Amino acid sequence: MSKRYSNEHEWTVLDEQIATIGLSAYAVEKLGDITFVELPEIGTLVGKDESIAFIESVKAASDIYTPISGEVIEVNELLENKPELLNEDAEVNWIFKLKVSDGVEFETLMDEPGYKAYIETL
Amino acid sequence: MSKLKRTTLFEEHEKLGAKNIGFCGWEMPIQYEGILKEHEACRNGVAIFDTSHMGEFFFNGDLLSSGINKTTTVDVLKLPIGKCKYGFLLNENGGVIDDLIIYKLNDNSLMFVVNSSRIDIDFNTINNQLKSGTFTDKSNETSKIDIQGPNAKVILKEFVPFNLDELGFFNFKESEIMGSSAIVSRTGYTGELGYELYINNETAPKLWRKLIECKAVPAGLGARDVLRLEMGYSLYGQELNENTTPIEAGVGFFVKYDKEFTGKEALLRQKKEGTLRESISFKTDSKRAPRNGMEIWQNDKRVGVVTSGTFSPSINSGIGIGLVETRLYNKDEVLELKNTRGSISIFLEKLPFYKKG
Repeated sequence: MSKRYSNEHEWTVLDEQIATIGLSAYAVEKLGDITFVELPEIGTLVGKDESIAFIESVKAASDIYTPISGEVIEVNELLENKPELLNEDAEVNWIFKLKVSDGVEFETLMDEPGYKAYIETL
Repeated sequence: MSKLKRTTLFEEHEKLGAKNIGFCGWEMPIQYEGILKEHEACRNGVAIFDTSHMGEFFFNGDLLSSGINKTTTVDVLKLPIGKCKYGFLLNENGGVIDDLIIYKLNDNSLMFVVNSSRIDIDFNTINNQLKSGTFTDKSNETSKIDIQGPNAKVILKEFVPFNLDELGFFNFKESEIMGSSAIVSRTGYTGELGYELYINNETAPKLWRKLIECKAVPAGLGARDVLRLEMGYSLYGQELNENTTPIEAGVGFFVKYDKEFTGKEALLRQKKEGTLRESISFKTDSKRAPRNGMEIWQNDKRVGVVTSGTFSPSINSGIGIGLVETRLYNKDEVLELKNTRGSISIFLEKLPFYKKG
């Protein structure tokens, strides 16, 4: 399954109608030691690029945006007590899952080489 | 934007893979391997910090007739040789131009250690009040490494030709390190056993590398900020500024009134009449951290603002210091922080947040 990235550094993996979303290793590296993750509520309907959760590190707080529209169907509750899982492996430890309303949105996101090139410009 | 200044240790930081930030005109390491790891090293092992950006001034002359004793809240006449003291450089309104430490080198010479962002204004403010004596800014020729943590003494004793056990808290010794003259001061900004080392620029990189060979963990400004806030220490530009007095900032107890100093009348007036604002310290009941600039609310009214906040690894919750308006604030009623991300409940907590076990 291909992985796509947004400008706001979320990654998305799409399996049929279900999108699994996390924060890129680059973004987590920038934030430093993660201390708190506020997860979205299950059942929330969200539109592409909306802020739906946030994350805090020792030094900063940052919003998490959904790169794709849909309904929140699952959240990674492990992060409530172990937010450091994101520092351990941000590209595997997902944050929330959506039932996607518009699969075309996924196609507009950057692929891995595209994202790599994008972060080079930052 | 003007070019950021670098300390003599900049190349060492680069080799260690530090992440740098612009801090008051300096390019300084915010962290190396991570704030939590560096914080842990300082609390339970030993950490070293590059604080060479800070300013050092030297005064030589008569401590009484020169007027130097009136420039700050520190009574340098009473200060014994070999001791240093924390205090304030104030304006006429009692506002804090800077907080500083003054070292009594001998009967007619002193060292002032000041914040990097305030070097020019401090130097001019003090110099303009002097009637005699020589006052010199040696900030550019002086490097500074802080070694802090329970194991600091064990490592440092190999580098100094005297017994570190003789050095009490806020005592210092003019000595030498690696063949060069150095001032070794039993002070710090972390609440741990530790030393601040004033050395020349040539010695700094050599000493830094040696200390790392001895297993000292390099730590950046990120960890330094968490450590100082766990102790409730003020930071210039956040708790302290020219519009805030030491009394309002909750550090009035450092000021003694049995000598003259600029700003004394304003402080005495506040002591008599009370202040319009006061400092509070608090923690959250979660890992969510207060952040500088968040509003403090009570009874649907904005009563103040957060001046410093962070997640505290030692307490395992958010901690913060804020400034509230005395007439709006009631210490017995529920407090919360608000910003665009919602609200956080906070609970008053006495300083220091970190009480050593």
